[in-house]
Amino acid sequence: MTESWGRYPQATHAAEIRLSWLPGLALPVLGPMLAYGQGRSYGDSCLNDGGKLLRTAGLDRFISLDPASGVLRCEAGVTLGEILRLAAPRGLFLPVVPGTKHVSVGGAIANDIHGKNHHRAGSFGRHVLRMELLRSDGGRVEVTPADELFQATVGGLGLTGLIAWAEITLRPIPVAAIRTEAIPFHGLDEFIALSDESDARCEYTVAWLDVVARSQRGIFFRGDHAEGAVRAPRARGTVPVDLPLVNAVTVRAFNAAYYAAQKLAGQSRLQHWDAFFFPLDGVGRWNRLYGRRGLLQFQCVVPTADALRELLRDAPSSPLTVLKRFGALQSPGMLSFPRPGFTLAMDLPNRGEETFARFARLETIAMEAGGALYPAKDARMSADTFARSYPRLAEFTRQMDPAFSSSFWRRVAR
Amino acid sequence: MKVLVLGATSAIAQATARLWAERGDELLLVARDQAKLLAVADDLRTRGGTVTTLVQDLNQDPHAVVEAAGNPDVILFAQGLLGEPSRRDTDPDAAELVLATNLVAPVRLMTLFAPRLARGGCIAALSSVAGDRGRAKVGVYGASKAGLDSFLSALRQRLSPAGVRVLTLKPGFVDTPMTAALPKTPLFATPAQIGRGVVRAVDSGRDGVVYLPWWWRLIMLVIKALPERVFKRLKF
Repeated sequence: MTESWGRYPQATHAAEIRLSWLPGLALPVLGPMLAYGQGRSYGDSCLNDGGKLLRTAGLDRFISLDPASGVLRCEAGVTLGEILRLAAPRGLFLPVVPGTKHVSVGGAIANDIHGKNHHRAGSFGRHVLRMELLRSDGGRVEVTPADELFQATVGGLGLTGLIAWAEITLRPIPVAAIRTEAIPFHGLDEFIALSDESDARCEYTVAWLDVVARSQRGIFFRGDHAEGAVRAPRARGTVPVDLPLVNAVTVRAFNAAYYAAQKLAGQSRLQHWDAFFFPLDGVGRWNRLYGRRGLLQFQCVVPTADALRELLRDAPSSPLTVLKRFGALQSPGMLSFPRPGFTLAMDLPNRGEETFARFARLETIAMEAGGALYPAKDARMSADTFARSYPRLAEFTRQMDPAFSSSFWRRVAR
Repeated sequence: MKVLVLGATSAIAQATARLWAERGDELLLVARDQAKLLAVADDLRTRGGTVTTLVQDLNQDPHAVVEAAGNPDVILFAQGLLGEPSRRDTDPDAAELVLATNLVAPVRLMTLFAPRLARGGCIAALSSVAGDRGRAKVGVYGASKAGLDSFLSALRQRLSPAGVRVLTLKPGFVDTPMTAALPKTPLFATPAQIGRGVVRAVDSGRDGVVYLPWWWRLIMLVIKALPERVFKRLKF
């Protein structure tokens, strides 16, 4: 069964076509079809219930890397992890990385992903130089940032055609090490003060929030590439079966332990990039800890601290609440999610109507504040919310490929 | 290390060659589809390999390959054809093509290469667990691999005194385009897993028969031990 990372909603596909080669690649004659890379979107934006999936994991070849300019060209199914494995030993790094390295380049573009350096680097799409798009009319189109089709494809949720390959600019780094600091804080005011101070001088910033604790304590992480010798972290194994461990009691215990551990770890230390950026990747298939019904993530961006405060007032108990202030750099996609403001992400076990009702309340608060919800994480937003989150929707729709669609799109399109 | 990769566009060959490329080995890739071969070559070059290519149908005259290859340290035989299930049991030409690709062409090439390999050289050939006992579902394929196994065994005996190693590599089910039509079970391995196994076997300095993953040796021991009157009734 092909699922998204949150395992909700489920979908049944009419066909799953494994793509292995760009030479001679022909799209199916009939849609609706959708590319599926690593399935790391949480909700239904990577699913196509009743339609076809074009699985791109086999399009995993590098095409070229110019070590001098850092320009990498690769097929769209290559994962960011593979790129880092290639690039980091050569003194190069991805300009933007999300919370997991197990996403494909195509997925990173289609969701115009962001990372801990958004205030410095903007979204992933800003670093894409060109890409080739396969359209259902048989056309192969090479697009660059000035093209409307490029701007529709970045953040375009895979709906403008199949991304065949892309060219991205890597950035030079000294070595594999990140100088990191973990700073305990209490309350949003302290978070904002830490953001002000840290965003000005650090490349990477993000905060983890213990929403269970009354004081809204958290840990503010900041880091920079640094000189120093570090060892790559060891994988800690894979969750072998559905093991529903996430509940109110375990979340409280986990949060307290995590807070204490980060406090103990000390303020400043050298970490390998893998441990700093991708702590969750150390445990394979961790979504199984939420049981067979899966999890939902709520991620929104709101323009003001007041809206953020409002969202957190009634925050549900989540083991993973993440907070980051986006910078002012313009995202290139018509449907790009990152925009100035505060982004908040919370993972919750799927408990059906109870969870949906919570999400609806959070959605209302975000919308009233003039915010936006993130399709890559979404399984619940309304068509109205989608339209209000993405004012360039009409412009985007004109660039869509008529044979491409997704479960998400059919849910939110009007 | 200088490696000749035959059937370089196969999924297992690609996965194996990536590991060699990443450590900077010198690779000569041979396959018949030029566009695919160039895509593989670009990938391996980007990963750090020194790569040359030869577009050649390995079922045709093998002398061109032998001339282009010079004296490789390792030869990986990765060309192979499962055949379309609907045709290979009824169409003699389809059956012959499977035999030609999986058995005749490797035997011709190995015959030419055997005297050219220096002490320490290695012939590594991808056979299959299917060669261990003929099954209805993969009749001709299994026969081709059984024939290959037998020839490799003979070659190992012949070349061992000259210090040339012959490796018979026997993967079980692997999730590749070749097996796209088969339903996937927990017995399936990824091409990357098999690639690691191949590199390990070549690096080990040993010769012999290597099952990939290793536990297929146990499964096949049981399957080979089944009495014929039981085996013929099985549906797998």
